[in-house]
Amino acid sequence: MTLLTKDEAYAILKKVLSYSKADECEVNLAGTNSSNIRYARNAVSTSGSISQFQLVVSSAYGKKSGIATINELDDTSLEKVVRRSEELAQLAPENPEYVSFLGPQTYAEPITYVPATAAITPKMRADAVAQSLQVAKGTKTVAAGFLEDNNGFTAMMNSKGLFAYNTSTNTNFSITMRTEDGKGSGYATRGYNDITKLNVKEATEIAAQKAVKSATAKGIEPGKYTVILEPAAAAVLLERIFFGLDARQADEGRSFLSKPGGGTKLGEKLVDERVNIYSNPLHPDLPTSTWNGDGRPQEKVSWIEKGVIKNLTYSRYWAQNKNVKAVPGPDAAIMEGGTKSLEELIAGTKKGVLVTRLWYIRDVDPQTLLLTGLTRDGTFYIENGKIQYPIKNFRFNESPIIMLNNLEELGKVERTVSVESNVNYLLPPLKIRDFTFSSLSDAV
Amino acid sequence: MGAAASMIPAIPVIGKPIDPERMLESVDPATKKKMADIALNAARSQGATYTDVRVGRYLNQFVVTREDKVQNIVNTETYGMGIRVIANGGWGFAATDKLDNDSIAQTARLAVAIAKENSRLLTEPVRLAPQKGFGEVSWKAPIEKNAFEVPIKEKVDLLLGVNSAAMKSGADYINSILFLVNEQKYFASSEGSYIDQDVHRIWPVFFVTKIDKETGKFETRNSLSTPIGMGYEYLNARPQDKIQGVTTLYKGRYDMLEDAKAAGAQAGEKLKAKSVEPGKYDLVLDPSHLWLTIHESVGHPSELDRVLGYEANFAGTSFLTLDKWQSKNFKFGSNLVNLVADKTQVGSLGAVGYDDEGVKCGQWDIIKDGVLVNYQAIRDQAHILGLDASQGCCYADNWSSVQFQRMPNVSLQPGKEKKSMDDIIKGVEKGIYIVGDGSFSIDQQRYNFQFGGQLFYEIKNGKIVGALKDVAYQSNTQEFWNSCVGIADSSDYRLGGSFFDGKGQPGQVSAVSHGSSTARFNGVNVINTSRKI
Repeated sequence: MTLLTKDEAYAILKKVLSYSKADECEVNLAGTNSSNIRYARNAVSTSGSISQFQLVVSSAYGKKSGIATINELDDTSLEKVVRRSEELAQLAPENPEYVSFLGPQTYAEPITYVPATAAITPKMRADAVAQSLQVAKGTKTVAAGFLEDNNGFTAMMNSKGLFAYNTSTNTNFSITMRTEDGKGSGYATRGYNDITKLNVKEATEIAAQKAVKSATAKGIEPGKYTVILEPAAAAVLLERIFFGLDARQADEGRSFLSKPGGGTKLGEKLVDERVNIYSNPLHPDLPTSTWNGDGRPQEKVSWIEKGVIKNLTYSRYWAQNKNVKAVPGPDAAIMEGGTKSLEELIAGTKKGVLVTRLWYIRDVDPQTLLLTGLTRDGTFYIENGKIQYPIKNFRFNESPIIMLNNLEELGKVERTVSVESNVNYLLPPLKIRDFTFSSLSDAV
Repeated sequence: MGAAASMIPAIPVIGKPIDPERMLESVDPATKKKMADIALNAARSQGATYTDVRVGRYLNQFVVTREDKVQNIVNTETYGMGIRVIANGGWGFAATDKLDNDSIAQTARLAVAIAKENSRLLTEPVRLAPQKGFGEVSWKAPIEKNAFEVPIKEKVDLLLGVNSAAMKSGADYINSILFLVNEQKYFASSEGSYIDQDVHRIWPVFFVTKIDKETGKFETRNSLSTPIGMGYEYLNARPQDKIQGVTTLYKGRYDMLEDAKAAGAQAGEKLKAKSVEPGKYDLVLDPSHLWLTIHESVGHPSELDRVLGYEANFAGTSFLTLDKWQSKNFKFGSNLVNLVADKTQVGSLGAVGYDDEGVKCGQWDIIKDGVLVNYQAIRDQAHILGLDASQGCCYADNWSSVQFQRMPNVSLQPGKEKKSMDDIIKGVEKGIYIVGDGSFSIDQQRYNFQFGGQLFYEIKNGKIVGALKDVAYQSNTQEFWNSCVGIADSSDYRLGGSFFDGKGQPGQVSAVSHGSSTARFNGVNVINTSRKI
């Protein structure tokens, strides 16, 4: 599918709105091309290519609204979909929390589209996998990996004069290498908007090294340990804070950000003062859309500054209710780090555990944000500044809030991908004291 | 989010919203056959040695409410075609939502081109188990009342009534959702099958929160409903569908209003409940809870693709390696433990006539008298187990997703001795009775797990003596199933399940049921989950 240009999208959206008879109308238009290649047991297992297009029309009469869609762009179809959305709006019950569509907004020019990523071919994907399989052959390991890429556009326009357009590209790669006897396993993941930054061979080599080094794991007692979390491991814990920044939940008293007796912890120190977390859609190493799904601009926002909660996310209804700015949730997050490499963090550790990946993270208690999950694909015991030996995996029960209060050190920031949500982040490795491992796992 | 079973509805709007009257439309099989033939011919002309085509129309309806408000009514439809081929011995797949003749043929050619490009990275060609063509056949879920035909107003009134009942009984907040699914699936293959299927599922669910204003503590209680492969009749519970006890449990049909009323009160009771003393307990697990333990610790590790390593990069591998199966004496559980795979169980989420590669569905043993005897396989895996046919476990969650090995319904068989839930509890000296599913996590080879729940009751000397909170249990799969010392009989058998079991890259979800009767497990480690921040 050829992506629509800004002018082409504008013309179609304008035409759709010209058919509207409702009090308000908003139209969203999107098209994506996504392709992938998956391999396991040192051979390609599945591979595919999917092309999809979507036009969504939202009509409203007072506080009653309806939505209809179509994937054809001839005039008859466009008018038909508008009429359908209007009929549905008339049938719908009134929603007291309905908020009128946004008027015109100003957006920064996004930097999310890289032509090289949009131009990737089936041959290039297969060539990338061939490089990975070559590493497997050389290290006598077994590769299982996944490479996906997509390109697309989104655009929206409404009867109050708002227009937004964005194109984007993305590629994610992940690789698990296991020793032939199944006793060692290692993992690496990479995500970029620009495919030319992806080095499949380098990532595969790192995963293979971890696999080989983790093959003779010993069991050590569960308990509280100083841990060094590589960014991929830190991501799946920290993102639970990012996902939980909703102001309404906090105001209603059912969040880790609620205060006893009412109110929220906005403006209060929640974690170690070295913690600074923000989002910025124009960050050159982690660009994201400059507008969100309901047309609000995405801007640089500080979420935690010197350990203090600086902002919460607000739906437009809840912001209106509380008379505050309707700050949308971020599409990605950035945590400031330090200057030390992972190796330097290890070198400064007397006794501890290096965690390279965490897995199956689930909420245990929303009040304290207590999470459970397991280490996976390479866990190592550190003593006197050196990795001494691989250890068996642990189950943990820990809250990222408690964890960020037990912060020892931050390393250098790098881009990583959450294995749970697939969201990309810029995060440092974290050194944490008293991290709670509650039981051992025999899983490799 | 995540790889494993997910029950919390993040309302994945996989599709396009449409207006309600279109939810009752279906596409004529003859039209789908014509489209499928274009794809089959185009793929064959490019050199495909096998092709299957899935024309899918997937309809969802969500009615979403909180307290006294209707937040959203969303109708979605997604309609398109996925084409899978074998060329030069390897798989290729492409999908499109443009269903004109040229687009279909072009997509088929793309699938073949992908297969040929990737075939140079194969270690061996794909081997498909034999499968005869069935010609033109159809299958329909045996529902009594199509939920899409029920007026929106009736659904809204139900949910607002549910919310009101919970608030009157003490809840501070409630979210309730009615989630309806209709999959109209058409499968055609180069082997001569043209299979038209109509699948229906329903899930009424709510989440209640109660807050202690002074302390700021809060507790939740989720509905005891299960997603199920039924029509709207699921919401019409009769007296014989209820099991009365320390809380009312539901068998086959569900009383959402009654459960919401109980939930409002029980969320408040949880605030005052005793925090559990960690240690070893004998656990009595209700089917509304045990389904999830079965799902994670039996369903997933017996998936053959995990065993072989195809999920190693994401969902993980399995401790149930082939050597354990080949030994014919791997003691997975106690002698009481019998676990059966079944793609035909009436009312279950996984029930279909044919799987997504045109295999007629059936039933088979996975664990027999505690011993591992089989796995779950699809056509290109059957030869590994020495099978002459696939077990029919192939599924794709959408026309745009490639089909692969997914779990059938996997269920614990009832005890053979006459024994009720009360009889199971009577024998326990120090234990905990757990109802409903809660937090869940298991490692990537399915050994170490941790589960929470909705309602926890302390058992002393054969009697329930009070409510507990902050309970989670940890165990190892093999130790856990070997600690099974009692299972109630078939009169207590009930289904639980998940709408959103996640697996694969790109990630897909599938819906699956797990049945059991109340069962007892001795000496399981229980932890206390309360913390302070």
